[in-house]
Amino acid sequence: MSKPIIEVENVSKVYRLGQVGATSFRDELERYFLERKMRKTARAAALRGEPHPDTTNDPKEYWALSDVSFKVMPGEVIGVIGKNGAGKSTLLKILSRITEPTSGRITMRGSFASLLEVGTGFHPELTGRENVYLNGAILGMDRREVGKKFDEIVAFSGIDRHIDTPVKRYSTGMRVRLGFAVAAHMEPDILIVDEVLAVGDFDFQKKCLGKMQDVAGQGRTVFFVSHNMASIQQLCPRAILLMKGQVVADGPSKDVIQGYLGDMQEKAVDAFRADNPHRSGSGDLIFTGARLLDENHMQTNDVMAGNSISIEFDYENSGNVQDPSFVFTTYNSDGVPVTSINNGLQAFSLKDLGSSGQIRCRIPRCPLPPGRYRIAVSLHSDSRKTDHISNALFFDVSSSCFYKTSNTPHDGFCCVMLDHSWELDPKPGVKGVVNSNHTGIR
Amino acid sequence: MNSTATTKIPTTEIEIIIEPKSRWLHIDWRSVVERRDLLFLLVRRDFVVKYKQTVLGPAWFIIQPLLMTLIFTVIFGNVAKIPTDGLPTVLFYLCGLLGWSYFAQVLSTSGATFTTNADLFTKIYFPRIIVPLAVAISNLFAFAIQLVTFIAFFAYFYFFTAAGETMTLSWSMLLLPFLILHIAVLALGVGFWLSSLTAKYRDFQMLQQFLIQIWMYATPIIWPLSQVPEAWRWAMALNPMAAVIESFKLILLGSGTVTLPFYAFSLFVSLAIFISGLMLFQRTERNFVDTV
Repeated sequence: MSKPIIEVENVSKVYRLGQVGATSFRDELERYFLERKMRKTARAAALRGEPHPDTTNDPKEYWALSDVSFKVMPGEVIGVIGKNGAGKSTLLKILSRITEPTSGRITMRGSFASLLEVGTGFHPELTGRENVYLNGAILGMDRREVGKKFDEIVAFSGIDRHIDTPVKRYSTGMRVRLGFAVAAHMEPDILIVDEVLAVGDFDFQKKCLGKMQDVAGQGRTVFFVSHNMASIQQLCPRAILLMKGQVVADGPSKDVIQGYLGDMQEKAVDAFRADNPHRSGSGDLIFTGARLLDENHMQTNDVMAGNSISIEFDYENSGNVQDPSFVFTTYNSDGVPVTSINNGLQAFSLKDLGSSGQIRCRIPRCPLPPGRYRIAVSLHSDSRKTDHISNALFFDVSSSCFYKTSNTPHDGFCCVMLDHSWELDPKPGVKGVVNSNHTGIR
Repeated sequence: MNSTATTKIPTTEIEIIIEPKSRWLHIDWRSVVERRDLLFLLVRRDFVVKYKQTVLGPAWFIIQPLLMTLIFTVIFGNVAKIPTDGLPTVLFYLCGLLGWSYFAQVLSTSGATFTTNADLFTKIYFPRIIVPLAVAISNLFAFAIQLVTFIAFFAYFYFFTAAGETMTLSWSMLLLPFLILHIAVLALGVGFWLSSLTAKYRDFQMLQQFLIQIWMYATPIIWPLSQVPEAWRWAMALNPMAAVIESFKLILLGSGTVTLPFYAFSLFVSLAIFISGLMLFQRTERNFVDTV
């Protein structure tokens, strides 16, 4: 049996919060000795086989990773998932040797290359050709290797006509293509990839995904970090789930992802407990549960914009309320109410509620751009609030097929996506008007 | 494409261990050697990019020191009348600036290693020391161009002026490469210190320009060391560049005040700065990403 190609043993990483520049030299010294002590105790604990003593209780400390251990066998394609702040990028940075762990040890048996960004080190003044060599060298290829694959790289990028133009004259899309083309031709034993696939246009993304699968198929080990569950499930047979810096699940990616979603659901149930601080109302008519359903009526917390979604609420009617008004409001991660829907808009009657049941609202084409959303829900009876829960449901929109290009509008200018169509009426006799190239490549 | 797959798979002899390092000096020299292509390409980049979008291009390597020499000749030679050990003022300044501009360039560029390369360093690992090494090498080209300029002036004074009769050519000129190495070691050493300090406290970025300027006037470039009273000359040993620049003048122009112990002490100080700087640099590179 061969040895694991990546062995991560009790790795922890502590960040110090607060202003770094404001420290005095005395603080620095104090910190230095504290760190030494910490490392020693951590090491001693690890030797005794005890769990990591991550409870130093210093509010200025932040354990981005605590006591993370796992093994990867050669040829495995492994995905790491977790929410923002779960420690994914810290783990990635430590594995890429960009920063050191505070304690613990990682052994990698083989050459590795990490891809946290495409086109790292591109210099705008140099030509595409010069940058291919430079970028290749930065990624760890030698000149002969790049030289041998140069034609292949240029062909893959599809910018052969501009290869001798300075990169500063490239569009963003061209830069990404060229950068990825170089990266895709690396041949390391271990490839560590961040969500770099999230850039570039749709066709190119598909091409890159295909290339990644090629790499995996060649028996290389791929370590893929993403919060996109769909691409993890598609690419990686095995997944690791990180939560608050700890490995909480490790196994077949399908099980891990299901477990993760199940846990999320548990947390959402808490919102319907009576002691939820974000809840108020008389209690005559109350909610007992809420969930998001995808186009197949399966429960989900991660939807694709453009698909049909339904929001379902369970209720109990103890006070025999008649004809209440029902409203739910969707907030984005900035706390901005994006949209609000009530049963009065379409004159939907809630007369016969019975003693319990479910209300479902279907949205045929979810128009929300990618991001995290919260739903607040409330019921009123004769302008008296019977129940209001401001954290009833959380969900993510992770990708979009709202527009046929899969593109989404620029973050800062968009809360909701609108259906639209275009028309163009060029006046006869005016030169050079029509250019319907929608990919945005210059 | 699949043919390449089978050729490179069994490379399991490589073993990389990542763990917190507590040793004071730990430079991964093996991977520096492995990444020599990167060093070469960075040298090339630095050189190519420097004078892109300038009309005169590498001619600036000649123009810069010539302008400086002109200014020095007018102000310090003609107005302030600072003696030049009896040498032609132009040659005297040009010679001093030859070594100094290499020093100042390497120092100021390597002193900003972490701040200017933060984008790169947060995305990918390679031995960070390659970047300042590339700076030291790429600036050698500028030095070479300036050396040619100096030789041209030297030849003019040697063959066509009266001053040429007192000038001599000596075999000691062959020591020049050693002096350049000395400058590189010292400049990198100070650069390591500054870049590490700047990574944490940006104040040092501001201080750097003043440091270089003050250091220049504290170094015998526009004045000869012979002007310093003998009793105080030992103090000049604390500035390692003093011995180097005087040695430049001694071996190129045949007139400089430098003794072997004086030079040896300078070399010792330089090495001390270099090694301590290297230690600080490698400690900084390990975790600097957490502070940007």
